[in-house]
Amino acid sequence: MISSASALPQQQHKPFTRLQSIALVFVCTILGAGAQILMKTGSAQVTHFDVIMILTNPPSLAGYILYGINTLLLMLALRDGELSLLYPVIALTYVWVTMLSVYFFHETMNPWKVAGIAVIMAGVTVLGRAGTK
Amino acid sequence: MLLVLIASFIGSFGAVFLKLGAERLRYGLRHILSWQAFVGVSLFLISSGFFYRGIKHGELSVLYPMVSLGYVWTLLWSRLFFREPITAPKFLALGLILSGIVLINFGAR
Repeated sequence: MISSASALPQQQHKPFTRLQSIALVFVCTILGAGAQILMKTGSAQVTHFDVIMILTNPPSLAGYILYGINTLLLMLALRDGELSLLYPVIALTYVWVTMLSVYFFHETMNPWKVAGIAVIMAGVTVLGRAGTK
Repeated sequence: MLLVLIASFIGSFGAVFLKLGAERLRYGLRHILSWQAFVGVSLFLISSGFFYRGIKHGELSVLYPMVSLGYVWTLLWSRLFFREPITAPKFLALGLILSGIVLINFGAR
């Protein structure tokens, strides 16, 4: 499903199916979560807003690059799919960030977070099954 | 609170312009750089500026989930500008996702 994204279409393209577009946004949310973790790591080292300082800070720079790739992939997904269907999928980023923060920043997991993760995933599943178009 | 609300509003228009830019990709990937995509990304950046200014002085647990109101605006703009139908599953999914974000945030306090 995701592999079809690597076969980038040229002038004429076969439109992505709904699930392919959703899969692309899914990849975006993982990249976006990675970017947020990197930015947070970087922000502990970058004390004030200074472009040179940010660009020479490896985690921050990597975070911005991930955001760039993220935006390009999101546009590819939005090319053929509905905005109202694909955009809310981005909320999965919250799920990954919450999980990754436990691992990287030793934040605690609790029933509220687990419930939130489950409910967001349920919402995205509903979108995945919503067969409009 | 107002700043965060403005941020969600501006961000939702970022999504609209990104979608406009994305549709140009149908004519080939070299159209990745368009003024629509540029406006979209700029609006996202401006939106995050408002957001960070907004959360500086507010209760984060209330303000952070408010950004997700952007999903509600985006649903409206999708209907208005792209004539996408608002269906029951989209509505249900949005409700679930917003509740989930509130829950996660509740747990983060």
